[in-house]
Amino acid sequence: MTGNFPYLVVGILFVIGFVGLIFEKNLVKIAIAVSVVEAATNLFIITLGYRSGGSIPVWTMAGSGSSRMVLPTPQALTLTAIVIGLATTALLLSFVMTIYRHYGSLDVRDIRRLRG
Amino acid sequence: MSWQVHLPALLIAVPLLGAFLAPLTALGGKGLRNTWFVLVSLAFTLIAFLLWARVGAFGTAVYVMGGQSWNLALPSGMEVPVRILMEVDAFSAFMVLLSAVAALAGAIFSVTYMDRFSGLEKFVALYFLMVAGMFGMEITGDFFNFFVFLEISSVASFGLVAFWRDRGEALEAAFKYMLVSTLGALMVLVAVAFLYSKYNVVNMAALGKVIEWGMVEKTSLVLFLTALAMKCGAVPMHMWMPDAYAEAPAGVTCALIAVSQASLYGLFRVTYTIFGAFMGSPIIPWVIIVLGVLSMFIGVSMAVIQKEVGRLIAYHSVSQVGYMLLGFGVGLLALSDARAMADYGFTALKGGVYHIVNYTMYKGLLFLSAGALFYATGCRNLNDMGGLGRKMPKTMGLFMIAAAAIAGLPPFNGFVSKLFLYESSFAVHPVLAVFAMVTSVLTLASFVKIFQTAFLGPALKKFDNVREVPGAMLLGMSVLGVAILLLSLFPTWSVNHLVEPAAKALVDQASYIGAVFAATVPGGGL
Amino acid sequence: MNPLSVVARTVCNLFAWFLAVFGIYVIVHGHLTPGGGFQGGAVVATFMAFLLVAHGGSKMQSWVRKDIFTLMECLGLTVFIAAALLGMSHTFFFNFLANAGGLFGSSVPIGPNSGALNTSGTIALMNLSVGLEVVGGLSMILLYMFSGVHPEEPFGREETGHDR
Repeated sequence: MTGNFPYLVVGILFVIGFVGLIFEKNLVKIAIAVSVVEAATNLFIITLGYRSGGSIPVWTMAGSGSSRMVLPTPQALTLTAIVIGLATTALLLSFVMTIYRHYGSLDVRDIRRLRG
Repeated sequence: MSWQVHLPALLIAVPLLGAFLAPLTALGGKGLRNTWFVLVSLAFTLIAFLLWARVGAFGTAVYVMGGQSWNLALPSGMEVPVRILMEVDAFSAFMVLLSAVAALAGAIFSVTYMDRFSGLEKFVALYFLMVAGMFGMEITGDFFNFFVFLEISSVASFGLVAFWRDRGEALEAAFKYMLVSTLGALMVLVAVAFLYSKYNVVNMAALGKVIEWGMVEKTSLVLFLTALAMKCGAVPMHMWMPDAYAEAPAGVTCALIAVSQASLYGLFRVTYTIFGAFMGSPIIPWVIIVLGVLSMFIGVSMAVIQKEVGRLIAYHSVSQVGYMLLGFGVGLLALSDARAMADYGFTALKGGVYHIVNYTMYKGLLFLSAGALFYATGCRNLNDMGGLGRKMPKTMGLFMIAAAAIAGLPPFNGFVSKLFLYESSFAVHPVLAVFAMVTSVLTLASFVKIFQTAFLGPALKKFDNVREVPGAMLLGMSVLGVAILLLSLFPTWSVNHLVEPAAKALVDQASYIGAVFAATVPGGGL
Repeated sequence: MNPLSVVARTVCNLFAWFLAVFGIYVIVHGHLTPGGGFQGGAVVATFMAFLLVAHGGSKMQSWVRKDIFTLMECLGLTVFIAAALLGMSHTFFFNFLANAGGLFGSSVPIGPNSGALNTSGTIALMNLSVGLEVVGGLSMILLYMFSGVHPEEPFGREETGHDR
């Protein structure tokens, strides 16, 4: 049962991010919501790779006692996802900054020149 | 072992190298940068063509990144592939070829179109990154890499959509596009993680071999479907598409179309190759069909009322994506039933596949001619235009070809693919065919509107100084124009050599999986 | 942004170097310990973040040229793709330096061990190039974002033609 708590956290984070993405009106908050969804995804993949009692998947640090390691593949996947997330977040915030210059506002209700 | 086995890797490596060296070409000035832009584009088009020819001749190409040998998919007697694989079957090769042509046309067009702007070496770098990501999505044999390439092409295209960052609208469009596509990409990642949690593999072929039908797979399929339908602009989440397509520089839009086709490719790779065996229940095919019909109809009815050229054409993209979804949905419906497949399913698939190539060609050409109009006159609004046919006869001619093709007028290629779609969807339900035809009529109506307002009518005084656009832009447009004409003049050849192998490869789940597991060197070792 | 106090500036000047050294350690040991090119590069890029926060954006703009970071990015990425292409005698990304002797090519001891630095072939080379790229890229992101903070400053003065 307690093994499922991380997944519960992932689900809650995902829903929080998703709701924020849809209902928030401020561009910076939307950017934060995207980051929350990203964090939930990364946490999900990391949790999938966990094996109870496993040590870190690095030979130099694993020690001799434990024979189990957590799965290294999901960690590699997560790192890649984090790198991509960093690029996305940086670009998102730059857009927010430049949009603020053009529209003088961060409220999505004011940023509506494209419609129809 | 000929050097051609390395083509899948070169297809990614050449645009990447082009992107990484592009900022350095700024040192050599404008000429060097433009030469680099066109040369690398020609190079990847050539590679794409060679790859397509090779796959046509030798069957599915598998390439192992970083292996001792290019075909060592299962080293040391492993049961699943552990390395990063590229797998190019006929469908992938087909997608790669047409994306390359679209990207080449966009690149040649952009050389002059973007002339007035600085920072172009960054433009070139982003353009090549987007192209590399697009090719990667189409040839990868690995779900995680699919996500990575999806993000590469998306992030590069966000920058390109917002390239005219002094227009607030461009930034607004890019922001919208970015939210939809980042969310879509994360959903793809979650879907991959679901599959990984159960099977511990991310390789597509290995997954297709072992996959069963349970809760995990259903969740994953739904996530894939939602995310990729979002990315390719199907109806409930289509609102980013008109904004981004209309606001991006025209050359970029031409390549962006190919990028959204790559998402569509992902959608069909997932539904046909991975989950193909479980399509006995008609729910998923019908969802795709309904999405397609809605996209078709809503897209075209939004298009009819638009006044801006770019937005009008962009709304047509939504409706054209609907046609492809309809075709592939009908094909999927027939997938598990051999008789239905022979009866109407394969025709629908052929229609869908053929429509992909037609759509990419004529939609690219339409956006390029809209860009040419904008370049020459500086206006986007149809109400301000008129009588341009006398000033820009060549642009008008090319626009006419594309408009006739998209409307499905008989000698042109759009007619053939639409005929396949009408024929097959009628067999499933007559209403589908009726919707498709009504959409086609409305499409014709709205293109007559553009043609009539922009090109015909009396010459306006304010356009006295307007000239025909420069030669490089016309050349870029002609690449697509010639492609459309060739497809129209040789419909039998293109159906037999271009479309049918791709459609067959899509249905043939076993050979896609088998290609990886057969591609081993016995006793090869690590 | 205005410069911070003398105390903060001095501390930042000092500790920025420690961060840079730690980041380079993470990059160089990328194939042995957790971390690698990206992580180490991100740590090294905090060097720039420290100095930016301490001294303010305008001063940094006069101290460094953005071209250098573009060059670092290009160089890192080109080395990366070149290392991948040089393996083409076997396959793309083939590790042609492993077990070949030389700087990166010692063979790997079997079993748990303390980790030999010169073992990983092109992996170490790629870590270094990715590190270089990330340092360049992140520093440039930081500099551009800082120059974008002031709305009165014209954005991207060196570029033209985007204002139609």
